[in-house]
Amino acid sequence: MSDLLLTGATWFDEDGSERRGDLAVREGYVTEAGSVEDSYGLTTVDADGLVVLPGFVDLHTHLRQPGREDAETISSGSRAAAVGGYTAVLAMANTDPTTDTAEAAEHVHALGKACGLVDVQPVGAVTKGLGGAELAELGLMHRSRARVRVFSDDGRCVADGRVMRRALEYVRAFDGVVSQHSQDPALAGPSACCHEGELSGRLGLPGWPPVAEASIIARDVMLAEHTGARVHVAHVTTAEGLDVVRWAKARGTRVTCEVTPHHLALGTELLGGYDPVFKVNPPLRPDEDRDALREGLLDGTVDAVATDHAPHARHDKEHAFVDAAFGMLGLETAFSVVHDLLVAGGPLTLADLGRVMSRSPARIAGLEGHGRPIGPGEPANLVLVDPAARITVDRDASHSLARNNPWHGRALTGAVHTTILRGRVTAREGEPAA
Amino acid sequence: MNRADDTLPTDRPGGAGAARTVMAAPDVARALRRIAHEVVEHNKGAEDLLVLGIPTRGVELARRLAALLGDLEGVEVPVGELDITMFRDDLRHQPTRAPLPTRIPTEGVDDKVVVLVDDVLYSGRTIRAALDALSDLGRPRAVRLAVLVDRGHRELPIRADHVGKNLPTSHSERVMVRLDGVDEVPEDSVSIAVGETRAGRPSTPAGGTR
Amino acid sequence: MRHLLSSADLTRDDVRLLLSTAAEMHEVQRRDVKKLPTLRGRTVINLFFEDSTRTRSSFEIAGKWMSADTINITGKGSSASKGESLRDTVMTIDAMAVDCVVIRHMASGAAHQVSQWVDASVVNAGDGTHEHPTQALLDAYTMEQRIGSLDGARVAIVGDLTHSRVFRSNAITLRTLGADVTLVAPPTLMPSGIGPWAEADGLTLTDDLDEVLAGGPDAVMMLRVQRERMSGGFFPTAREYTVGFGLTRDRLRTLTEANPEAVICHPGPMNRGLEISADAADAAQSLVLDQVSAGVAVRMAVLYHLLAGEEVAA
Repeated sequence: MSDLLLTGATWFDEDGSERRGDLAVREGYVTEAGSVEDSYGLTTVDADGLVVLPGFVDLHTHLRQPGREDAETISSGSRAAAVGGYTAVLAMANTDPTTDTAEAAEHVHALGKACGLVDVQPVGAVTKGLGGAELAELGLMHRSRARVRVFSDDGRCVADGRVMRRALEYVRAFDGVVSQHSQDPALAGPSACCHEGELSGRLGLPGWPPVAEASIIARDVMLAEHTGARVHVAHVTTAEGLDVVRWAKARGTRVTCEVTPHHLALGTELLGGYDPVFKVNPPLRPDEDRDALREGLLDGTVDAVATDHAPHARHDKEHAFVDAAFGMLGLETAFSVVHDLLVAGGPLTLADLGRVMSRSPARIAGLEGHGRPIGPGEPANLVLVDPAARITVDRDASHSLARNNPWHGRALTGAVHTTILRGRVTAREGEPAA
Repeated sequence: MNRADDTLPTDRPGGAGAARTVMAAPDVARALRRIAHEVVEHNKGAEDLLVLGIPTRGVELARRLAALLGDLEGVEVPVGELDITMFRDDLRHQPTRAPLPTRIPTEGVDDKVVVLVDDVLYSGRTIRAALDALSDLGRPRAVRLAVLVDRGHRELPIRADHVGKNLPTSHSERVMVRLDGVDEVPEDSVSIAVGETRAGRPSTPAGGTR
Repeated sequence: MRHLLSSADLTRDDVRLLLSTAAEMHEVQRRDVKKLPTLRGRTVINLFFEDSTRTRSSFEIAGKWMSADTINITGKGSSASKGESLRDTVMTIDAMAVDCVVIRHMASGAAHQVSQWVDASVVNAGDGTHEHPTQALLDAYTMEQRIGSLDGARVAIVGDLTHSRVFRSNAITLRTLGADVTLVAPPTLMPSGIGPWAEADGLTLTDDLDEVLAGGPDAVMMLRVQRERMSGGFFPTAREYTVGFGLTRDRLRTLTEANPEAVICHPGPMNRGLEISADAADAAQSLVLDQVSAGVAVRMAVLYHLLAGEEVAA
């Protein structure tokens, strides 16, 4: 951990107003902001032209360890996260074995700490083995060193209403939250692989309709209201689903939701080539849904951007479309994609981006040291971004072990420059620290 | 040579590729009559003759020849069409086209004296393909070749038995046969123009393109 | 033409070219020497992941009659077999420098994906519920042989459209040839998004088979209904399907009275008594056997046009 002086930086106050000046970081905290009096012993980082945002927090990542270390490890995933500007990631529980006990959660937590490039916060499974039937040891996971607060069977939906109700009631005790992968298995069907619509009809691909997502969201927000607990909708993709969230929020239900960069930017028109790199669960949707998601980000219905980073070994993707594994990479490209799509020409500001990629997710996950305002006394979990940088995504330059990257070859405006975790530089210009 | 897409015009005074006529309609008619006489002389009559034209213009010439043979000998001489597209040796050098019909009279080719008819004999590869096609249809007793024009430049040991006109040419010239009933012309003609035939071009001697 | 992956790849001229070539290939079937030397030296692999004796032997015969070396390889099952991905499987074959891969797979889009991975020409012999372009060509050929030009002809396609690749390819090729196409199916067996799809492509939709038949269409194409669809909740019972959508003896009479020249097609194999009565299958207007005979000729034409001419740049 070195002490840093960020010179010529731009950042935003809590009210959104823009500040320009220098930031001093000592022993993991921001000590001065604006004009720095005491710069003795500080290493200078030239931040001219760069914007300092709170370090990004990903509510939804798959690090694959334990179980599928051929696709990703906590170490490689951490490197990708750091390069992507993340100072904390929530690692989903669909590992092998499932992260459904305190020991499993502590194991993941320890591996993350040992690597030290990003705070790896394990997500605990809602049900044992993701079976959807019996609750996992939610309380024990919460009390463990991993301090699990967010629970999810992601990959699967907690479809049984009774199980979902019990889970919500249970986690309420410690202000935990259930992150639901909203997909009614009966409506989606076992072989569904894309959005159900005209294109899937023409292509002969079994799909699942928007109602498979929206109907679960509807049930869950009502359960959240009924139990007084917090529910979080993972990767919402449909206009209908967002309408339900909007309605529920208006009633005061404690519901939050996230959207992924790929659902904001990519759509069903990419299915025509049957390229499995675009196969993802939930699926890419048509224009109307994408527009609704962008609207939702702007009007606050959508709280956070989460990557759902889903690395896969090549041999799991290089199958016929219906047989290929679901998921895309996302950690390294998330900022650039969202910036290019919505900030560079678009309606979102960088301050907004800081809110949806850091402040709100940190709050939802209960990560106190992250997503903090930038000012003296705050932990130095920061990311320096370059809004003017032009990059072309090269999947082979990725720090992830996997290559299922849907952005390969795209030119994007906006790049992460430097990532700082409690005062330590964890990534710089696309390269993770050792 | 025998494709309907030789598109250079025959009469374009003064223009590039202006053609000169080497056979007018009466010449064509006389040549066919002489060939008919030669055929019956060699065959000692019209017995077992089967006239097969190679599309496109060979078919029309075959029809006329069969009619002439019939007139000479007072019998009906069977006539048919033999498409050789699938037997060509140069398919790899051009886009594929649909084969034209092959129509063999019901008596077949076995033990017949087949007279192959084509408009222009050049490299000989078309005839080689025709012989291959014919051998899959049966076993003729003999095969004779009648052509309206022999323009030389053989690349295979093939020779015509009956020739309407010998026409020494260079590779840079085109021989254009136009037949009333096949082409939209009022009367038959054979002409030569400068400019290579597009379709069915034979290979040029070493060093030439294609 | 380097690949034949979808009926949408074919323009009207392409279809006409293939059909007139097929007519000449059909002649070859009637000779003693059923052989053309045209594809001598070419190697064609029939890579079938899904069982189909009929289509595979049709392609095999077609290749052999064109003098190509044809080899049949049974592909291993799909996602179930771990280890070798689909890409690995086809690239192993491609490494042997084969000229053509004829592929049938249970997954929609498999042929398209394979064409991205190999140097060989790829022919889609049926991919999941997506397309079966050579089937559409042989259906068009067979219908034209009997009823003449399909331009303006009225064709009805009846049955489980959702799960039918024969329907998807036929709808495209028939429209390419200018035919009037009506789709007949119960709502649960209509593909998703069929409304805008039908409008975009000029297809008519209905669930009233009797009305369609009374109008005397020129051709009626019955699609196979799989009994598993009944258990999948798409349809209550086989009996209800037959009463609503089967080409029963009574419906055959209605059709014949409305149009004595109407023809009946079925891609096979038939569920006699379910979607098509024995009477209809064996009727004089039935083209079922003609379709099989045409299959070889059409596939010879396809192989010829893909492999015989000058190489098309990738």
